[in-house]
Amino acid sequence: MAKSALLKSSLAKKYWMALTGLFLCLFLAGHLAGNLQLIFSDASAFNKYALFMTSNPAVKILSYLTYFSILFHAFDGFLLTYQNIKARPIGYAKNNPSKNSSFSSRNMAVLGTLILVFIVTHMVNFWAKMHFDKNMPLQTITVEQMGQKMDYYVTTDNGKFYPADASQLEQMGLEIRNRTEFYNKQANVKMAEGYKDLHKITVAFFKNSKFGLIATLAYVLAMFVLAFHLWHGFQSAFQSMGLNHPRYTPFIKGFGKAFAVLVPLLFAIIPVYIHFFLK
Amino acid sequence: MSAAKNINITLKIWRQKNAKAKGQIETYKLNNVSTASSFLEMLDQLNEQLINEKKEPVAFDHDCREGICGMCSLYINGRAHGPDTGTTTCQLHMRKFNDGDTIYIEPWRSKAFPVVKDLVVDRSAFDRIQQAGGFVSVNTSGRTIDANAIPVPKHDADRAFEAAACIGCGACVATCKNGSAMLFVGAKVSQYALLPQGKVEATQRVLNMVRQMDEEGFGNCTNTGACEVECPKGISLENIARMNREYLKASLK
Ligand code: HEM
Ligand code: SF4
Ligand code: FES
Repeated sequence: MAKSALLKSSLAKKYWMALTGLFLCLFLAGHLAGNLQLIFSDASAFNKYALFMTSNPAVKILSYLTYFSILFHAFDGFLLTYQNIKARPIGYAKNNPSKNSSFSSRNMAVLGTLILVFIVTHMVNFWAKMHFDKNMPLQTITVEQMGQKMDYYVTTDNGKFYPADASQLEQMGLEIRNRTEFYNKQANVKMAEGYKDLHKITVAFFKNSKFGLIATLAYVLAMFVLAFHLWHGFQSAFQSMGLNHPRYTPFIKGFGKAFAVLVPLLFAIIPVYIHFFLK
Repeated sequence: MSAAKNINITLKIWRQKNAKAKGQIETYKLNNVSTASSFLEMLDQLNEQLINEKKEPVAFDHDCREGICGMCSLYINGRAHGPDTGTTTCQLHMRKFNDGDTIYIEPWRSKAFPVVKDLVVDRSAFDRIQQAGGFVSVNTSGRTIDANAIPVPKHDADRAFEAAACIGCGACVATCKNGSAMLFVGAKVSQYALLPQGKVEATQRVLNMVRQMDEEGFGNCTNTGACEVECPKGISLENIARMNREYLKASLK
């Protein structure tokens, strides 16, 4: 009885909704900290971070938790919404809901669906490229030596140069395997790891002469949607889990609203900065 | 207060012959309604007019007409129990309306509250939820102890009393965009969970009441807070949180 109650009942669905929603809030905070390096740090710091995020085992676990949370949150949300629509087969001829509830709270499913659409396009544009794109460029730097400009790969092998030129690389007895790994051909040992240039891809994406502006505007719009979702969602999750207390709830509500405004705002600043101000 | 005057109004009322029939909104003109009359007296006046015209009067629920029984149940101009907060339909007065107003009157809309006739809905789903656990079992063989012999902290007693103020009118369900009954069930669960007499059966109570609530086809709360605003008895959302806590505790046992 108790066991099945924790999976099937209305309240159980609400607990899962709240838990996955709050976990996604944590994810947002982490993701934001990483993204901010796009504007507050240089390309190599950002690409280092991107490599860390796609290879570190602890991060792997977190990322699977995140995929699961998004899928489950969306699935559970659709299920709840379906049941809620069924609970009122005939609607009111005249209804006045703005007198008793907020816009956000009444439109969580629509806002969530828009977020889902955003997440999918966002993952196609960046996540999938980072993970699967065979043509993903490696990060290079240009160094001027005796009046001559030369490109070098940025790698984990600090201090050593790996020329970004196939014939020179060949001369040094090096080759690139698995897209990012620099091998000493003769000894068959891995010398260093190159960084996929996610920074370059991102900047190119938002500065694209045809779609850059649309992409930037769409991103900003998505962050508005996220803000509305969180405006109601953050504090709502605590109520769902039964945490409502005269002393703490006002703080949770205040924090939730600050979170709902600040996080999407900071996310949105990044593409705007890249598109309009980055040289 | 300004003196009473008479107003002329247009009413748009949901008419439905019986549970099976397909209903529709009908329009009625009603003249010379005193602003001193109550909303239900206005409907009485309309029904007299309809009877004089040899038409079927409008069926609507009511009993005490003083805000305590929970029978009255109208969705008036898009709001449960009308534009006032903290009042039932029977406590609403015509002074809230103006000459020439059009007033929509609809029944509670919920799958779990099917329309019986016109504005009357069947709220026995609430009774079944109560029967599933909204009680304490006591031995009534003659040796019952005085309830007041058990000390109850003042704070808990007050919260329990506030929860017990719920009159089971169903406005929370009617106004909720999800047709959720969680404010009602939260109040009923809390009323007992807070008191020592109720703690004994707390685990089974919350599991059974929530199961019955789900079976009746009520929707799921999304914490919009509409119920708290429209509840004539000011039942707080804290009661839903308490139910959620109680249920989590009970499920993990
Ligand atoms: C980063 C993305 C997201 C975050 C941080 C997030 C966060 C939250 C939070 C904290 C809640 C409140 C939970 C509660 O009331 O117990 C919530 C509710 C909700 N979310 Fe999301 N969400 C996200 C994405 C989505 C997506 C993709 C969908 C789906 C289609 C969605 C649909 C919903 C729905 C329908 C609710 C209301 C459910 C209810 O209250 O019963 N959300 N979200
Ligand atoms: S909680 Fe309020 S609105 Fe709901 S049934 Fe009780 S008194 Fe009516
Ligand atoms: S008729 Fe009893 S509460 Fe309105």
